[in-house]
Amino acid sequence: MKLAKSVPEYSKVDKIIDSYSCEKSALIAILQEIENLYGYLPAWALRRVSEKLGVPLIQVYGVASFYDAFHLTPRGKHLIRVCLGTACYLRGSARVLETLEGELGIKDGETTPDLEFSLQSVRCLGACALAPVMVIGEQYFDKMTPTKVRSVLKRVQRRDDKD
Amino acid sequence: MTKIRTLQELEALRKSLLQRRDPNKPCVRVCLGTGCRARGSVDVLEAFTHEIKKRGLDVQVECKQTGCHGFCERGPLVVIEPKEIFYQRVKAGDVPEIVSKTLLNGEVVDRLLYTDPATGRKVLYEYEVPFYKKQTRLILANNGRIDPTNILDYIAIGGYQALAKAITTMSCEEIISTIEKSGLRGLGGAGFPTGRKWRLCREAPGDVKFVIGNGDEGDPGAFSDRSLMEGNPHSILEGMVIGAYAIGANQGYLYVRAEYPLALKHLQIAIEQAREYGFLGNNIFSSGFDFDIKINRGGGAFVCGESSALVASIEGKIGEPRAKYIHTVERGLCNKPTVLNNVKTWANVPLIIKNGADWYAKIGTERSKGTAIFSLVGKVNNTGLVEVPMGTPLKEIIYDIGGGILEGKRFKAVQTGGPSGGCIPEELLDLPVDFERLTDAGSMMGSGGMIVMDEDTCMVDVARYFLDFLQCESCGKCVPCREGIKRMLEIITDITTGRGKEEDIELLQELADMVKDFSLCGLGKTAPNTVLSTLRYFRDEYVAHVKDKKCPAGICRDLIEYFILEDKCTGCGACLKLCPQQAIDAYGLIHTIDPAKCIRCGICRDACPFEAIIVR
Repeated sequence: MKLAKSVPEYSKVDKIIDSYSCEKSALIAILQEIENLYGYLPAWALRRVSEKLGVPLIQVYGVASFYDAFHLTPRGKHLIRVCLGTACYLRGSARVLETLEGELGIKDGETTPDLEFSLQSVRCLGACALAPVMVIGEQYFDKMTPTKVRSVLKRVQRRDDKD
Repeated sequence: MTKIRTLQELEALRKSLLQRRDPNKPCVRVCLGTGCRARGSVDVLEAFTHEIKKRGLDVQVECKQTGCHGFCERGPLVVIEPKEIFYQRVKAGDVPEIVSKTLLNGEVVDRLLYTDPATGRKVLYEYEVPFYKKQTRLILANNGRIDPTNILDYIAIGGYQALAKAITTMSCEEIISTIEKSGLRGLGGAGFPTGRKWRLCREAPGDVKFVIGNGDEGDPGAFSDRSLMEGNPHSILEGMVIGAYAIGANQGYLYVRAEYPLALKHLQIAIEQAREYGFLGNNIFSSGFDFDIKINRGGGAFVCGESSALVASIEGKIGEPRAKYIHTVERGLCNKPTVLNNVKTWANVPLIIKNGADWYAKIGTERSKGTAIFSLVGKVNNTGLVEVPMGTPLKEIIYDIGGGILEGKRFKAVQTGGPSGGCIPEELLDLPVDFERLTDAGSMMGSGGMIVMDEDTCMVDVARYFLDFLQCESCGKCVPCREGIKRMLEIITDITTGRGKEEDIELLQELADMVKDFSLCGLGKTAPNTVLSTLRYFRDEYVAHVKDKKCPAGICRDLIEYFILEDKCTGCGACLKLCPQQAIDAYGLIHTIDPAKCIRCGICRDACPFEAIIVR
């Protein structure tokens, strides 16, 4: 699958904006809902938000690029989050992240070209008793090691092949 | 549901709830905090519900979810009332046995009990577990007892009584002076006296005022705010309503980190239920006072824990702090007077109103009152949430409650205060923790992370880690923070990769002092703390990196090498198969590592069953 250019769906985005009565202070909440809908913020949606709220595009873009919660490119089917919080870091999560980067062939924050995996480091998931912790989608994997990373990835890929 | 309008109505409801509940009725409490959840406690709860139903025990046995119990290390946790039998590491498969043995026959399932490592004795009851025994749980007291999604559970334990008392029997002035007298200080980290903050805001001119609850817990390694929001959301709401009443605000905001979906959910449910019962909304307790709370989901920026950045974020803007001479209590949200407190601070308010200022002021030290909550994490045996009176010595927290260092290793340092804090060495282990003492030691209270480090931790690498974090999180508005942290990171990276020069240590010190003195907000002002404290207490490690090009802890990759001990290697081939670089050769029986090919990932060492691979 190639990176598909998303087709504007103005009615869906308009509905979100209208639900906040076009309130300028709701900019972040609106972008969060669009991000939830598409998994990222398509460029056309940012333009639409700017028009409808009467907020300059540069400001919308500024907010969208400032907060970690927003992404400007499409993300993969499986989101892999590796905790780099202090507790996880001390117990070796940098090695976990590095192994993932090697296995997936992408860097932290990137998505595989086939849109299967996105890799993202996070600073503390608050599950420090499980350190180092990795989360794929909603599933937690505790006490990770480079060796465990490989077997978990294989399992995920095998499950996908079955589907 | 008819709204509760008087103290008497609230008391009547509580009494009828208590009457309906038989104190001897068995109740299974399953921890559904994030830690236990990640280990499968949702399945455990489902198994209990299913098993209890299957055996037709629905009437005799209650089963409920609770928030985080705190002892995350041993999760999933299950407590069985009325005796409070404590089971740990429970799996869904254990549930039928628990039901038939413990619930039906009063027997104990021995293998699920906690064993005290110090005595080797099995512990039967929750309150006897050493981890809990030494704690003083005020704010977290009810976290593991009530169902956070059920307001009646909160009312049954006396919830919203403080609100009723405050609104129906106290004047705004009385409330504020009670909080002042109690000595409560902001538990978000800075420790500003809460009562004074409220008074300043009350006295600030303007009709429209706001209160904000800060639940944007960004410190890596801290999760006390999360556990409180998940486990006892009503206590935060109750505090906020009391505060709003005292200062004269009609609208409140809760700013919650988006990474905490469960906290968001539970707070939302709590707000809706509080509205239903009339604790939020119009004419609260028939006083003519209106107040409501809205939740704002954070955008994932660490700097938004800073008050003015948080306010900007609620306004829908980029979270950039502003200069401190404009006080939030005078010009905060939408330029209106605003009180912003951490969620833990808010949760203390009902306790103080209910029990009185004197009761609260008796707990803690002379200048730091009440309790402190720490997320005890890192290289410690009992990872979890700890609540102790202010002034408890570090040693007691780490050894008596935390159970000492993982794998019996040697303690090196403890880091408190997150990226704003510093590292405290072994010789200061007797330090009683409160706001002042931690600051004197070069660290700070922060939002309550307590990260234990052992002999295998490189202190230079820890300083580099925090600088890397802060460099990503600096908002970029002021130059000292934006550029200063970046330069410090470059210098320290040189040091950890073997390119450090002797003069770098002095330069680092100078830059750190500059960033501390000239940054605009708290993020920049405290950013160099880890560097300064490690330079102060662990200078020899910096020197070893720079002069000897060695990392004493064996962490910094460019300064170490993996080596196979000939006398221990059996030639089993476990390492050889796993090495991603094919850097291991087997000449005859003994394996060797080619240092040119080795990327020092450590996979071989993990794989070696004979501990034949060492770092040197």
